[in-house]
Amino acid sequence: MIDKIVSSPLDALADIRDGATVMIGGFGTAGQPNELIDALIETGARELVIVNNNAGNGDAGLARLLALKRVRKIVCSFPRQADSHHFDALYRAGEIELELVPQGNLAERIRAAGAGIGGFFTPTGYGTALAAGKETREIGGRMYVLESPIHADYALIKAETGDRWGNLTYRMTARNFGPVMAMAARITIATVHEVVELGALDPETIVTPGVFVQRVVPVERVATTAGGFKRAA
Amino acid sequence: MSPQATLSTSPIARWTREQMAARVARDIPDGAVVNLGIGLPTAVANHLADDQEVVLHSENGVIGMGPAPAAGEEDFDLINAGKQPVTLRPGGAFFHHADSFAMMRGGHLDICVLGAFQVSAAGDLANWHTGAPDAIPAVGGAMDLAIGAKKTFVMMEYLTKGGQAKLVPECSYPLTGLGCVSRLYTDLAVIDLADGECTVIELAPGLTLRDLQALTPGVTLKRA
Repeated sequence: MIDKIVSSPLDALADIRDGATVMIGGFGTAGQPNELIDALIETGARELVIVNNNAGNGDAGLARLLALKRVRKIVCSFPRQADSHHFDALYRAGEIELELVPQGNLAERIRAAGAGIGGFFTPTGYGTALAAGKETREIGGRMYVLESPIHADYALIKAETGDRWGNLTYRMTARNFGPVMAMAARITIATVHEVVELGALDPETIVTPGVFVQRVVPVERVATTAGGFKRAA
Repeated sequence: MSPQATLSTSPIARWTREQMAARVARDIPDGAVVNLGIGLPTAVANHLADDQEVVLHSENGVIGMGPAPAAGEEDFDLINAGKQPVTLRPGGAFFHHADSFAMMRGGHLDICVLGAFQVSAAGDLANWHTGAPDAIPAVGGAMDLAIGAKKTFVMMEYLTKGGQAKLVPECSYPLTGLGCVSRLYTDLAVIDLADGECTVIELAPGLTLRDLQALTPGVTLKRA
């Protein structure tokens, strides 16, 4: 029998080691798996390489992981935000390595890892500083840059509903990186707000098939908070 | 005479940001699929006519985006690229990030509207990084958008705060994309960029081509 349901975030992360590469879903606060990030902090794992679109908002979640100096390197597209003060301070002090990746290249490099693709040519970034030193090729009269896949040891993602096989649905724009990160990691851990019986999810609406998911952790629903922008006064 | 002095002595009615946004909206055809960048371009959505069925895409994974929700109705699982709460129109859809950027890179968007630090006469765009030593670089989807949409429009003030034209012979800021900008909407003029030529198609009231040329060293402007 297949049963991927794990009772707590900490149990789901019990086997993580220092130096692990960890993908964390979310675009700003939408889709950010806060319970899993808190558990990651609790494990005490250090020297982590984090892959996320951003570099933390405010003082909780990913921002707290950074503030505690658990992260050696971050791979992201948009670290600078109105409330990214923890990343900003570490970066300016030279205490964190940054690999800045155009957002579409980030998504496609993650997808490529999950799809077994060894690299791909993309027009994005050609002729810019973010393609410096990379192989280029003219294809059909247009210039392209060779980009490599990004693999991970773990992907921590936030989904909406799941079952014991690991089939997942998401909620609105909280989906963002979840489906591609789930494909790219050796161990994908998804939080869900509801676990349903096998067969209860409409097969036509399953977004991430369970084959991409190793552990499913039920968590209480908490309304997603604002983050990443300045509120009008 | 400095560029600022030239302007301050002329009775020029610069277009406001809202007028610029309305001008862009007029050029968006019914049925177009459009991505509006963060900042100045966001205002374009407020000027789309009711009979214009324009489909708005946001790179975080939503198409068919509607206006901001009423106060108290915000749901921060439904946000735009600026991470602000939005709504979904009937017919709208959600998708993951790789699909969202396939929509750009794959040429499925008709128009994107971006802000800029500088644009060159050849249509090169610089809008992601000032290159200043203490600046924290952040690129987001700018590079994908710039080269992905069928047409890339730029909305910007024509001059920097220091009075320098942002339409330049060659960008000095780090580039976002090469030869990708097809039209500039500014507070002083609307300019088409094609094959290295800069064709002024509209001037702010009171401004002559000669005035604009004087503000734009190193770039040859011609009138449509």
